[in-house]
Amino acid sequence: MSAPSSGAAFLGIVRRDLRIAMRRRSEPLFTLGFFVVVTSLFPLGLGPEPELLRRIAPGVLWVAALLASMLALGRLFGADYEDGTLEQLALAPAPLVLTAGAKIVAHWLVSGLPLVLVSPLLALQYGLPGDVIAHLMLSLLIGTPVLSLIGAIAAALTIGVRGAGVLVALLALPLYVPALVFGAGAVDARLAGLSAAPNLALLGACLALAVLFAPLATAAAIRIALE
Amino acid sequence: MLDATDLECLRGTRRLFAGLSFQVAPGECLQVQGSNGSGKTSLLRILCGLARPEHGAVRWNGEPIDALGESFRAELAFCGHANALKEDLTPVENLLAAASLYGLPAAANAGARAALDALGVLQLEALPVRALSQGQKRRVALARLALCRHRLWLLDEPLAALDAHAAETLARLVDAHLAQNGICVLTSHQPVALRAGTRSLELS
Repeated sequence: MSAPSSGAAFLGIVRRDLRIAMRRRSEPLFTLGFFVVVTSLFPLGLGPEPELLRRIAPGVLWVAALLASMLALGRLFGADYEDGTLEQLALAPAPLVLTAGAKIVAHWLVSGLPLVLVSPLLALQYGLPGDVIAHLMLSLLIGTPVLSLIGAIAAALTIGVRGAGVLVALLALPLYVPALVFGAGAVDARLAGLSAAPNLALLGACLALAVLFAPLATAAAIRIALE
Repeated sequence: MLDATDLECLRGTRRLFAGLSFQVAPGECLQVQGSNGSGKTSLLRILCGLARPEHGAVRWNGEPIDALGESFRAELAFCGHANALKEDLTPVENLLAAASLYGLPAAANAGARAALDALGVLQLEALPVRALSQGQKRRVALARLALCRHRLWLLDEPLAALDAHAAETLARLVDAHLAQNGICVLTSHQPVALRAGTRSLELS
C-alpha cells in the first residue's frame, strides 16, 4: 500500500464536497438567495432615503452575510455523521485536524465566496460609492472565512443533536461578534472618509487566530461526538 | 496481529462485557456473535479506536493502537452499520473519494471499477447511489475493501441486506484477504461460510 499523503487526502475531501455541492445545487443557492433577499428587503422596508441607506449599508450587508453563511452550517458535518462518512474520515490516516480543515475550506468555497462575489451588486442598492464597495468586498473576503471557521466549531459541537440548526445559531452568533464589528467597521470607516486599514488588520488577525485554532477545536468536538 | 486484553465496555451504567481477551493472528478471521445489544458493535468501535474501552487495551503488532495512530489507521478498514456513501455521487466517485483518504493515486479509476466488478455492481457505476437498493449500496460499501487492500478488516454486520449470492461473494473476498495474511473481525448473525473456517467469540 502506498504511503498515505495528507495533501492528497485534503484535496480529495475538498473535491468530493464541491462535487456534491454541484450535484445538489439547491443548498448553495439557498444561502446566496437568502443573502440577496434579506439585503434587498431593507431598502424596500425603509424607503428610498439615500442618506439613511448609505449609513446602514455596512451593518445590514454584514449581518445578512453572517446569517446567510450560518444557514449551511447544520449540514457541514450533519450529513457526514448520518451516513457514516464522518467515522471513515476519523479513521483515515490523515489527521482529523486536516480533514476538518478540508471540510471548512469546501464550506467556504460553497457558501462564503459566492457572498463576496455578489456583494457589489447588492451594495449598489444602497448607493455606496465605488471605493467603499471595493472595501466591502475586501472585508467580506477576509471575514467570511472567519465565519466558516468559527461556525465549524459550533457545527461540530452540535453533531447528532436534535434541533441542531437553532443550537448552532445560538452557539455561533455570539462568536461572530468580533468579525462583525471589524468587518462592518472597516466599511463604515471608509464611508466616513477614514482609513479602513486598522479594522481590516484586526479582521485579518481574527482570521489568523481562527485558522490556527478552529480546526483543532472542530476536530476535538468531532472526536467527542463519535465516541 | 491484533491483540485485545481484558477489555471492558460500559454503556451508561450497564456493563456490556468485561475481561474480554483475544488475539487474531494474520490469516485468521474472528466472528463475533451475540444477541442484539450484547455489545458487538461497541467491541468493533473499540477495536478500531473510535471508542475507548473502560478498561483494557487493544494492540496492533504489540503496540497500543492509540500510540500507533496514523500508521495503525493506514492499515485499517472499518465497515460500519452505515454505508458511508454519498447519495449524490456515483459508486465510482464514492470509491475514489474513499481511496483518496488513503493516498491511493487518483488514477485508481480502473481499480475502482474492478472492485465494483468483484462485488457485482459494475453495471450501476453511472447511477447516483441514491438510486440503488439497500443491498446494492452495501455491495458498493464493501467494494471499498477490495479496492484499498488494508491489512485489518473490521466488518460490522457485513451481510445485512445482502442476498445469498452476494454473501457468497463476500465470503470469497474475505477468503482471499485471509490468504494474503490479512486479518478480519466481523460480526454477524448468520454464519459466514469461509474456506479457512472462523473462530467465533460469543458475547453474552
